[in-house]
Amino acid sequence: MTPLSQLFEKTRSENRAALIGYLPAGFPSQQECIDAITAMVEGGVDAIEIGFPYSDPVMDGPIIQAAADLSLSQGTGAREVFSTLAAITHMGTPAVVMTYWNPIERYGVENFAHSIAQAGGSGVITPDLTIEEAQPWRAAVKKEGINSIFVVAPSTKDDRLEQVTAECSGFIYAASLMGVTGTRTTVSTSARDLVSRVRKVSSTPVAVGLGVSTKEQAHEVAQYADGVIVGSAFIRLLQESQSMGEGLIRVRELAQSLAQGVRR
Amino acid sequence: MTVNQSEIIGHFGPYGGRFVPEALIEALDSLTKAYEDAKADPAFAAELDYLHRTYTGRPSIITEVPRFAEHAGGARIILKREDLNHTGSHKINNVLGQALLVKRMGKKRIIAETGAGQHGVASATAAALMGLECVVYMGEEDTKRQSLNVARMKLLGAEVVPVTQGSKTLKDAINEAMRDWVTNVDSTHYLLGTVAGPHPFPTMVRDFHRVIGVEARAQVLELTGKLPDAVLACIGGGSNAIGIFHPFLEDTSVRLIGLEAGGSGINSGKHAATISGGTVGVLHGTRSYVLQDENGQTVESHSISAGLDYPGVGPEHAYLSDIGRAEYQAITDDEAMEAFSLLCKTEGIIPAIESAHALAGVMKLGRELGPDSTLLVNLSGRGDKDVDTAARYFGLPL
Ligand SMILES: Cc1ncc(COP(=O)(O)O)c(C=O)c1O
Repeated sequence: MTPLSQLFEKTRSENRAALIGYLPAGFPSQQECIDAITAMVEGGVDAIEIGFPYSDPVMDGPIIQAAADLSLSQGTGAREVFSTLAAITHMGTPAVVMTYWNPIERYGVENFAHSIAQAGGSGVITPDLTIEEAQPWRAAVKKEGINSIFVVAPSTKDDRLEQVTAECSGFIYAASLMGVTGTRTTVSTSARDLVSRVRKVSSTPVAVGLGVSTKEQAHEVAQYADGVIVGSAFIRLLQESQSMGEGLIRVRELAQSLAQGVRR
Repeated sequence: MTVNQSEIIGHFGPYGGRFVPEALIEALDSLTKAYEDAKADPAFAAELDYLHRTYTGRPSIITEVPRFAEHAGGARIILKREDLNHTGSHKINNVLGQALLVKRMGKKRIIAETGAGQHGVASATAAALMGLECVVYMGEEDTKRQSLNVARMKLLGAEVVPVTQGSKTLKDAINEAMRDWVTNVDSTHYLLGTVAGPHPFPTMVRDFHRVIGVEARAQVLELTGKLPDAVLACIGGGSNAIGIFHPFLEDTSVRLIGLEAGGSGINSGKHAATISGGTVGVLHGTRSYVLQDENGQTVESHSISAGLDYPGVGPEHAYLSDIGRAEYQAITDDEAMEAFSLLCKTEGIIPAIESAHALAGVMKLGRELGPDSTLLVNLSGRGDKDVDTAARYFGLPL
């Protein structure tokens, strides 16, 4: 069982949702990314999603695009992603990598899964890998004993929902709305409907992402989901802060407030 | 669940497929179904055919170009005149087909990406014709080098959104169009302009362009009494090329040659020759050849021609290259501009700079094969939009 799966057992027994924080590797720089993640964990984030910055992120809104561009301009690549991952798992925090498919294919599918396992990672979220194209990945993930996390969307029909969720382990990533990453003032009602449809076909934990940025939103989602994923809100704080010191304080505060939110 | 790659529709050998957010799967499935239904409905083909005859100006003619051919080893050279289509390029063939599908699907809004602006103009035209809302995404760089087409799209009632992310060119315009589509998929059709992207686009867009090759094959047979020795076309995403190649696939005596944009030369690293100079990868929802670095990041492409300036290529071309049925060569900016100028001065035809890459290819091949050969070239578009670029290149006062 991966640390991620253990986490969901723990949060379920504590009758709360897990808080998952996202940051692209190498943003704002390699070391500052790790510092920010440390602040997130100190504030109460339970697990980390490390983004593999990619040149053509079609699922991401302007906030994450800008962060990824900055990271790429500093030369972030697979090596930096894996070393960031290892730094987090050494702190004892469960962590996964979120990446578009091409970097995996380029690195080598089996090698990628192996490097994730080597770095102590629990698994990988693949937002643009469809189950029809997943055969080689399925085999690699199984061999390494890590989690494969696919995304489901409000538009996913019930029969397909059953197929996609059957491929997921660790958790199922439920996209709260039809759209790209970013902060939103309200969490779409489609999130609750999607999670209840997932419940009918799978007992794997479900985490909701896309558009969650406040304690109130986290609290609302925690009523029906096993996990709450927050990314753009953390990144925006780092982008807006005058100094890294200020950014770290604000990131820690947001994490604390979200951590209260996920407690029902 | 196990899925055998080769048995999944939408693949060309190991290429093609669907690498997209799950949110788009439902839209791609219903598009596939709408297209299959339309294909089986004679009324759809009849309506498209009627539009092509009364609006596009099909069939497009062929023109033999003996004065140009004197500079190409004296080969017999025949141009398929897609430049004479309404809106000035082959792009209208696909756009009208998809726009009719949009009507069948009951959607009211189309979005499109454009590089040179030809696909954007064709999309804006079809939207005006059919009463659809139209938003065109165009890299900010391209809005500058193709400002004439930006004005055309606006005159036609479309909204043009300059894309300021990434490299500010065609690939970023596609990213932004896909983000719009994920967000507005219920009301909106993404009218993709080439044979790339996730299934069903590579197949569907090819089918809408097959009319080029079907007509040209019959026209050349009628004119010369035999099949050509080779068919040549420029390759951006690959739509005009696959359109003219496809009806010749079974004619194994006919060489199929795609001319990619070699920019400043493949060795310079500044080019858009994806098959000649790229590696296998996934970009914009499909597996094919891609210009990418060792981390799988897309590398910026370079070409004097905005319409060929794309770091990907349609998956069927990747497959045709691998199995050896088609050949792909790179043409540099300078070679293309030499051919551009030559066609202007010897035949009185100003070609699109995209198409000039195919003309440069035929000059080389003609010199190789000599006067006994018959070579068919797809003249995919006209050069009005390129007058500015060409004048600058040749140092003419503007
Ligand atoms: C005249 C012309 N030819 C060719 C192309 C390249 O596209 P494709 O390779 O899909 O035919 C373009 C694209 O804008 C174009 O405008």
